[in-house]
Amino acid sequence: MSNDDQKMTTMTGFGLGEVPTLFEESVSGRQGVSLPPETPDTENLVTSLIPPSHIRRVPLSLPELSEFQVVRHFTRLSQRTLSVDNTFYPLGSCTMKYNPKLNEAIAASDNFAGSHPSQPEESLQGLLAIYYQLSQWLGALTGLPGVSLQPAAGAHGEFTALLVAKAYFRDRGEVQRLQVLVPDTAHGTNPASATRCGMEPIALTSKNGKLDPTELKHHLSERTACLMITNPNTLGLFEEEILEISALVHEVGALVYLDGANFNALVGRVRPADFGADLMHINLHKTFSVPHGSGGPGSGPICVRETLAPYLPVPIVEMRDGQFRLRSDRPKSIGKVRTFFGNIPAVVRAWAYIAQLGLEGLREVSGHAVLNANYLLKLLAQYYDVPYGPRCMHEFVIDGTRQKKSGVKALDIAKKLLDFGFHPPTTYFPLIVPEALMIEPTETENKETLEAFARAMIEIAKLAVDNPSAVTSAPEHTPVSRLDELSAARNPIVTWPEL
Amino acid sequence: MRFSKTHEWARSEGEVVVVGITEYAVEQLNKEIVFVELPPVGKTIKQGETFGVVEAVKTAADLYAPLSGTVEEINSVVSEEPSLLAQDPVNSGWLIKIRPSQPAEWDALLTAEQYKKLLEEEGHH
Amino acid sequence: MRSNPFVQTTLQQEQEMLAAVEAASIDELFSQQVPKKLLNPQGMALEQPLSEPELTRRLRDLVSADIPSTRRISFLGGGCYDHFIPAAVESLASRSEFVTAYTPYQPEASQGTLQAFFEYQTLMARLYAMEASNASLYDGASALGEAVFLALGVHPDRRRVVLPMTLHPQYRQVVKSYIQHLDVEVIEIPFRDGVTDYDALKQVVTLQPAAIVSTQPNYFGCLEDVDRFCAAARECGALFIAVADPFSLGLIRPPGEYGADIAVGEGQPLGLRQYWGGETLGIFTSRKEFLRRMPGRLVGLTRDRNGKRGFVLTLQTREQHIRREKATSNICTNHALNALRATIHLALLGPFGLRVLARRCARNLAYFRKCLLEQAPHALAFSAPAFRETVVRLKTDAREACARLFQRGFYAGIPLRDLGADFENLLLVAVTEKRTDDEIEAFVAALKQEGLV
Repeated sequence: MSNDDQKMTTMTGFGLGEVPTLFEESVSGRQGVSLPPETPDTENLVTSLIPPSHIRRVPLSLPELSEFQVVRHFTRLSQRTLSVDNTFYPLGSCTMKYNPKLNEAIAASDNFAGSHPSQPEESLQGLLAIYYQLSQWLGALTGLPGVSLQPAAGAHGEFTALLVAKAYFRDRGEVQRLQVLVPDTAHGTNPASATRCGMEPIALTSKNGKLDPTELKHHLSERTACLMITNPNTLGLFEEEILEISALVHEVGALVYLDGANFNALVGRVRPADFGADLMHINLHKTFSVPHGSGGPGSGPICVRETLAPYLPVPIVEMRDGQFRLRSDRPKSIGKVRTFFGNIPAVVRAWAYIAQLGLEGLREVSGHAVLNANYLLKLLAQYYDVPYGPRCMHEFVIDGTRQKKSGVKALDIAKKLLDFGFHPPTTYFPLIVPEALMIEPTETENKETLEAFARAMIEIAKLAVDNPSAVTSAPEHTPVSRLDELSAARNPIVTWPEL
Repeated sequence: MRFSKTHEWARSEGEVVVVGITEYAVEQLNKEIVFVELPPVGKTIKQGETFGVVEAVKTAADLYAPLSGTVEEINSVVSEEPSLLAQDPVNSGWLIKIRPSQPAEWDALLTAEQYKKLLEEEGHH
Repeated sequence: MRSNPFVQTTLQQEQEMLAAVEAASIDELFSQQVPKKLLNPQGMALEQPLSEPELTRRLRDLVSADIPSTRRISFLGGGCYDHFIPAAVESLASRSEFVTAYTPYQPEASQGTLQAFFEYQTLMARLYAMEASNASLYDGASALGEAVFLALGVHPDRRRVVLPMTLHPQYRQVVKSYIQHLDVEVIEIPFRDGVTDYDALKQVVTLQPAAIVSTQPNYFGCLEDVDRFCAAARECGALFIAVADPFSLGLIRPPGEYGADIAVGEGQPLGLRQYWGGETLGIFTSRKEFLRRMPGRLVGLTRDRNGKRGFVLTLQTREQHIRREKATSNICTNHALNALRATIHLALLGPFGLRVLARRCARNLAYFRKCLLEQAPHALAFSAPAFRETVVRLKTDAREACARLFQRGFYAGIPLRDLGADFENLLLVAVTEKRTDDEIEAFVAALKQEGLV
């Protein structure tokens, strides 16, 4: 296939034209919605309720636009956005898999969208059943039966789970346990969440891309609260010494926290509790196909061992005599980390996904995620450095150090992929691989797409030798070329100026 | 001029020591420095502890005190115009002046020769 | 056929791929990397997989007896409201380019979402009359938690935070969970007649708090004298954090007008649906001074190599993926799609539409209070100025009353008994612009006929 016919099949044409901001498109006197006229009694009634001292004086300078303008504006913005539905999106660690449309249709139902959090439980037994059943399923798949669906995202799940761990230790009189051991391959959220809870993150140096039990032992003590581990880790490697690692952690009375970002590599085949995890979060927007929504809302439920369950946020849903009830009378609970019960559209979608797949379908999720990753790795292995291999789980990291010799950095490779119409992999992560490109194909991509992507990557590897500037000048076929991030950070402009 | 392993330089000027970051450190930040956070004048700092931050577009580096002492003066020109640091880190891009409380610490810092060797060992030039 | 309809690899292709990677089976790929004793455990009890038509039917059976608030005449509020949403919001926000993209890490391929978030930031800053906004957080309560963190970072030597007891109880709980391990004392200011006891508020200035929080309107719907919060904060040098409902700002004074350093809110009333309280948007705005301390994503305006205008995520060194344990927050996403909904919603309403809706909402509450007082002169628990919500004093236990009113077709409101023994007969009633005069009159008539007021 030549270069040209792969180029930007998705973003050419209308996506290339600049879209004026809402504020530039505004024309005084327009309105995008028809509303009933004010009733004659409005002024008197409003004044009787709200004295003038409470009334807004600063002008409300929102743009004035017709409905049609707004429709065109956002439709054009959507055309300037690359997404899973328009191209391969192998963003490592983010699990950009296909998001089934049935789940969207189910979640959009007014049955859910129209429900209010203060409705009595009797009026919402169906919704509660779904909420309860998803908790049960996540408990079964992880082996960790205490589940809270409340955290709004993965990082929020980490934060909530660490609060649970702290409450557990405080209850046991072990308040000195504040250290959180975090391997150097971990997601940045891990140390950030630990700090957020007033705990002390300690970085562990990996050995051959994996956690080194000797290094771990060196840091374990009666001050250790937990080890935060990602398994498979961000290099796509299963921590094969995980049983020994967990035993060491448990020996000093600490807990094993699993960052479940990569649970999609294990789902249906390995239960984290079996390798010693005591608590973990799950990203419903990764493993369970909830769409990422341009960066949220996600959902980061946490699953914990029975002994940690009393500390989960309130309320929890219980089933008694076939009836579902919310329970808030849990004296050991950490309280609340958000309002109400969680990101419900995500909960409903994940429920629908598991209900449709069953255990066998979930085993195919992990199975084909791993097969696709290994196949793609095989296609690329000759052309790029593979610091850790030859086998991988659901994702792998290649190193662009070979290409860098001719001046082509991982960033350039990523940008050139845009010209081939693909979303790039994650770059420069994990931090221990200098020119890292972290590739996660997911189970929902087909062999043809993997091969097309590999051809693009191979072409780029050749260009890096023959014509490096063709790579370093990329992207050319996107709505904008590389942006000046330096001046954006030096002099941040984060709002459109008012006239 | 002496150096720390964390790529700060220190230059003795009478009773105070001027501190900045090295060319190498600036290169590590791709010369894209966008923000410099410095301590207030009068603050007591300890050798090896952080006294500020230098931020580039996508990286940030903590600044470690090469010597213990009191912050005597800060280079407010650099905090207002961070690009200066990228252009001239060892002269006009100085960061703070310290009045040392443990003058003996000076001797433990790396000489230019030792620092050069450190960079070579780290696989750079 | 496969059990998983979303795996496209045919059995034939699977064999070819396995041959290429030199493995006999998918199971072997696992057993080569994972200790065998961990593989394929027994007892993962799920249900039999359902096909698309089966799942659709199963769902219908499961929820057919549910009665969402939208199928009755609802006066439920308490932080989640039934406001008008133009049809175009759903149509545009459900475009799959927005729904299935990730965080805009590659700006060249994400100009659409980046521009939308930039527009969101601008709209929120203008609505709240603040200088800057981030690209959104999880919900109003966690946004307040983040704001309190920010304040504690600005004042590392101060270890107290002041919250009014008129603040939404779940917000108070969330702030407490967020800081429960940080050796910070939460001082709660009591209330009188539905608004903060300002004499008690004055007392706290001697305690050197890091932050003083106000809420407008408060949990009871009452409008507080927010200037007093600002004055107290100024007096002791605390940061003034204002919680404000964004919908009310079409009519009511915005936080920037009364001196807030940080203003947060729950964006659900701006085009988001109720979803059992699960479609939320954490609004976080501040003075420019705190830009580098802000949690969450921030989009900035810049130019590309050819001078074309473009948008990027900026000030990223605040964030966890770079700063790790030193980040301003652990947050790595925003509630992007919900922020997009709010952006589209406000673009459609414009300044007049939002004002018309907010006035209609205020008018309806006033009309409800008028009708109620005609029937029962002492039925209002608090007489303070209010917006959207009010507390009704019943003659009986409010929960029992709700059950009776439900039989008559109403979700009557939220019983406040969790707030204390004195609150057993108190009912929080929300009246949005969507309620008609007929509905309001019928509700008041029902309250009367049931002997509840």
